[in-house]
Amino acid sequence: MTPARAHTGSATPGNRGSGSRPVVGDPAAARPVLDAADVGRALTRIAHEIVERNHGADEVVLLGIPTRGVTLARRIASRVESIEGKPIQAGSVDATMYRDDLRMRGIRPLEETEIPPEGIDGRVVVLVDDVLFSGRTVRAALDALSDLGRPRAVQLAVLVDRGHRELPIRADYVGKNIPTSLLETVHVLLDEIDGRDGVLLGPAELGPRHGSTAGSEPEETAR
Amino acid sequence: MNRHLLSAADLSRDDALLVLDTAEELARLADRPIKKLPTLRGRTVVNLFFEDSTRTRTSFEVAAKRLSADVINFSAKGSSVSKGESLKDTALTLEAMGADAVVVRHGASGAPHRLANWIHGSVVNAGDGTHEHPTQALLDAFTMRQRLGRLEGLQVAVVGDVLHSRVARSNVLLLHTLGADVTLVAPPTLLPVGVEAWPCAVSFDLDGVLPKSDVVMMLRVQRERMHGGFFPTTREYSRRYGLDARRMAALPEDAIVMHPGPMNRGVEIAAEVADSVRSTIVEQVANGVSVRMAVLYLLLGGQLADTAEAAA
Repeated sequence: MTPARAHTGSATPGNRGSGSRPVVGDPAAARPVLDAADVGRALTRIAHEIVERNHGADEVVLLGIPTRGVTLARRIASRVESIEGKPIQAGSVDATMYRDDLRMRGIRPLEETEIPPEGIDGRVVVLVDDVLFSGRTVRAALDALSDLGRPRAVQLAVLVDRGHRELPIRADYVGKNIPTSLLETVHVLLDEIDGRDGVLLGPAELGPRHGSTAGSEPEETAR
Repeated sequence: MNRHLLSAADLSRDDALLVLDTAEELARLADRPIKKLPTLRGRTVVNLFFEDSTRTRTSFEVAAKRLSADVINFSAKGSSVSKGESLKDTALTLEAMGADAVVVRHGASGAPHRLANWIHGSVVNAGDGTHEHPTQALLDAFTMRQRLGRLEGLQVAVVGDVLHSRVARSNVLLLHTLGADVTLVAPPTLLPVGVEAWPCAVSFDLDGVLPKSDVVMMLRVQRERMHGGFFPTTREYSRRYGLDARRMAALPEDAIVMHPGPMNRGVEIAAEVADSVRSTIVEQVANGVSVRMAVLYLLLGGQLADTAEAAA
């Protein structure tokens, strides 16, 4: 069982626990901010906005950032397909090797990078992630993209923007803006991974802080 | 993962699978226009080779460069260093130069273990005497999984000069960890003392083993290490333990033939076997780069975190 991805905010770097995986706040203690229907509506709106902004979806490639971003990218792709009536390309881009916190937080397993066979040169790439926090993951993903090709433009779609940016990065499509404190955790649950859809806002984690540098997600059990 | 990779036995099942899974993702880099990742920028990897090895040294060099590490090739060949203390002096020199990882090949079994006690960086064993060659075993396991889709329950025959082979020992240890069944096939003179304690079966009859093998790994007859008569003639060895087209026909349909290289064509492996579609010899070389990238990433990628933790 993959734990819900928690975006914790404890801001002291380098204090990761001795265990390989930081403790994730108990989702039971968390309060729901989006239910399954809200998530569905947000994704439908994002799909419409992507089509509107790009005058169709012919040039668009949706690339999710593992793990939940990939699932979200697939869902948005199927919505865009039903709007436009033709297939749209979706894939994934793993930014692990481009992260700036590997040295602080230790290695993590690599996730899949799946680029359409035609490549991304000249296309409009829409990066998709579940939560936008510090912006560091997106920064890493942008670096990864530049090694994969030269898109005509890159846009960013996220289900939740929780604020606290540490880099000059903003999202083009946002499912829900959720103002948070740095001590809170945001859990995005998706049916394919967690058995149900929803977004939970959790309290500060109890016990010794296993938090990471602000903005980096705790590791997830891969595969 | 441990800080060093000295023996295939250091790897738990989870560690080994992590290396193989990481290598699988890294292998896809070969198809990209930019075959480089920034992950080890600013790190220094020293290739310390006391024995000749174009293949392994180049493979490690390419792997480190694809991860953006700086690579220093330190070849002991030609310098008048002798063993013992000189290895320590060399180690201290490298330490002073700030090497984050030392990839070492040495003619003496156990040299990498000694080195690991002297320096603070990571030590990767790239072959020590007749002892171990863990990255070769990893790339062999990777190749098997890639071709056959699994490792658990595979029947692997390792054939030939087991006595002088570091590849054989590392493969037996790693494949045992990963759930494959290994049978060593060799003349009694080319089996090491104590082989009965290894986690594998032993046979003297190649023709009996072949029909039930998913993988046949041929080992090079290492003449440069042979001082004395281990078999009567090359021709007789080749007839009893060489893999020719007739023997290859006895293999199950999807079985593969491997060789760590360099090959002695016509001795342990016939040319038509080496060039057949069952042969994975060229893939093994390509996979070597991916697997070594994975090892360097896993050893060095999070090093500061580990040192900080150790110091805390």
